[in-house]
Amino acid sequence: MDVKKTLLEFPCLKERESADGIKAFDCPKSHLERFARYLRDVCQYNSLTDMASIDMGEEAGEARFGVVYHFFSHDKKRYVRVVCMCDSSDEPSLPSLCSVYKGADWLEREAFDMMGIAFEGHPNLHRILMWDSYPWHPLRKDFPLCGKEAPLPESFEGNEDAAKVVPAPENGGPFHSPSCGTKFASEREPRARFDSSSGCKSGTSNSHIHGL
Amino acid sequence: MDYKEFTYPEPAGLADAEYGEKMILNLGPSHPATHGVLRLKLELDGDMITRADPMVGYLHRGQEKMAENLTYNQFIPFTDRLDYLAPLCNNIAFAQCVEKLAGIEITERCKAIRVICCELSRIASHLVGIAAYGMDAGSWTVFMYCYTQREKLCSIFEVLTGARMTSSYARIGGLARDIPEGWLGAVNAFANQFLSALDEIDSLITRNKIFVDRTAGIGIITKEQAMAWGLTGANLRGSGVATDLRKDVPYLGYENYDFDVAIGATGDCYDRWLVRIEEMRQSIRIVRQAIEKMPDGPVNVEDPKISLPPKDNVLRDMEDLINNFVLITQGPDIPAGEAYFEAENPKGALGFYVMSKGGGVPYRVKVRSPSFISLSCLQEILPGHHMSDAAIILGSLDFVLGECDR
Repeated sequence: MDVKKTLLEFPCLKERESADGIKAFDCPKSHLERFARYLRDVCQYNSLTDMASIDMGEEAGEARFGVVYHFFSHDKKRYVRVVCMCDSSDEPSLPSLCSVYKGADWLEREAFDMMGIAFEGHPNLHRILMWDSYPWHPLRKDFPLCGKEAPLPESFEGNEDAAKVVPAPENGGPFHSPSCGTKFASEREPRARFDSSSGCKSGTSNSHIHGL
Repeated sequence: MDYKEFTYPEPAGLADAEYGEKMILNLGPSHPATHGVLRLKLELDGDMITRADPMVGYLHRGQEKMAENLTYNQFIPFTDRLDYLAPLCNNIAFAQCVEKLAGIEITERCKAIRVICCELSRIASHLVGIAAYGMDAGSWTVFMYCYTQREKLCSIFEVLTGARMTSSYARIGGLARDIPEGWLGAVNAFANQFLSALDEIDSLITRNKIFVDRTAGIGIITKEQAMAWGLTGANLRGSGVATDLRKDVPYLGYENYDFDVAIGATGDCYDRWLVRIEEMRQSIRIVRQAIEKMPDGPVNVEDPKISLPPKDNVLRDMEDLINNFVLITQGPDIPAGEAYFEAENPKGALGFYVMSKGGGVPYRVKVRSPSFISLSCLQEILPGHHMSDAAIILGSLDFVLGECDR
């Protein structure tokens, strides 16, 4: 891939610092789909190998959420990294790449599920790892490690005979933590980092991590 | 592809069903043919699958979230629980990614030991893969023969790491410990008897008419489909794409080993079987070369900021005690930046994306799990096949749900 030619073709791209030798670009949201097509058709990057959603924290302002794409070329045996940030932190969204790479289907559903980024044009955008009625996006930085209370998933939709979901006995088992007398995970998980959002109490074990 | 949500129809007796009426069948999440907690919602027209909707997440443990709260070395036991049939590979892939980010050059001895670990795990994982696949096709004998061999490998892993499956063997910048005395001899003894055992497994089933009839021409994934869906590993090579990260993006010094990459011709279930069988033979070749040229020297990098000092020194030397304490409590200081690394694992390319803001705890870890990607293409592969072929196709893709759901 010729970086100069690519930058000439897409003046909106910015080269991105890379510690691991993979060529990296920052791409604005408006040009993402066109750039992905260019990568596939002109630069022979035939596979979308990974999509990592990122949350840069509240201090990043509107450009808080984004996705790090990695493409792989089976002809040239090379990777390229493309980072695209959303332009709103309240309703983050990016264009869907499903029409360019079929593999984007589940990867985008995962980013939607875990980080709450909506993908415009995705044919089937709903949660994949969590159940559909789950209200939170767990990989966001303001989501506590200990979790938040959420209603249990409904049983298989429309099927009256399906087994009902019930809470685990003994609150998930007697071996989870020494103080399982309290009711919720958030009250007994000693390692939560974000105390304010969940009301978690910091324990003593591993408290060095909280300061980071 | 039709994404319209399909729901369960009103329950009706079979006799009342109108001609052409579709039936919705729910396969899993607890079903012997789904190899784990995979749930498939299938729309059937008679015996023919017309639509498939794989549902995953039943084994989701939030490993990526946990990784953001653990030091780099603390996360290594969690990687055991990704692809739990080849835990050594996962440990090594994560360590390699962090080393790539920090620019750590590991020692030659460490590289050779890691290569042996990766290849033995590949054999162990493929043995389970073809065992379960053979059982799906009705061959119980192959299952027993494969597990006999895997049992020997588990014993070898136990001597090396202290555990049969949850190995947690790699560390950032090296390994938990050097190989025990006589271990290479045990590996060599295993390699010597394995090839004839593999030939026996091969001759039991590869030319078996029942097996060939059930797998040849079934579940065809074309080259273009395989690349568009992002398949990797044996599933990609079965479709005829000669991409093997050990050859193409070499790591751990794989470029110095002599081995061949097996590829399929049509991309059907039979090709994926053949590729896995051949990969085990190639792995034995690599293991033998690694044993032959096993270099002497330390296994860990000699940097007190990265690897733990020897325990003797910690008890005697103040400075080593401090380094030991800081490494255990705060983790190795990894410079800010981001790195992506994919390792050629038995199930496909296991990728880690690590973003660091400095310090001993990663800011973001993304696991690119090959099983997740392999399962995503089922919605396109399954329709048009008979219900009985679904189990064969699932078996041929060789996925593991611990890695898919993370």
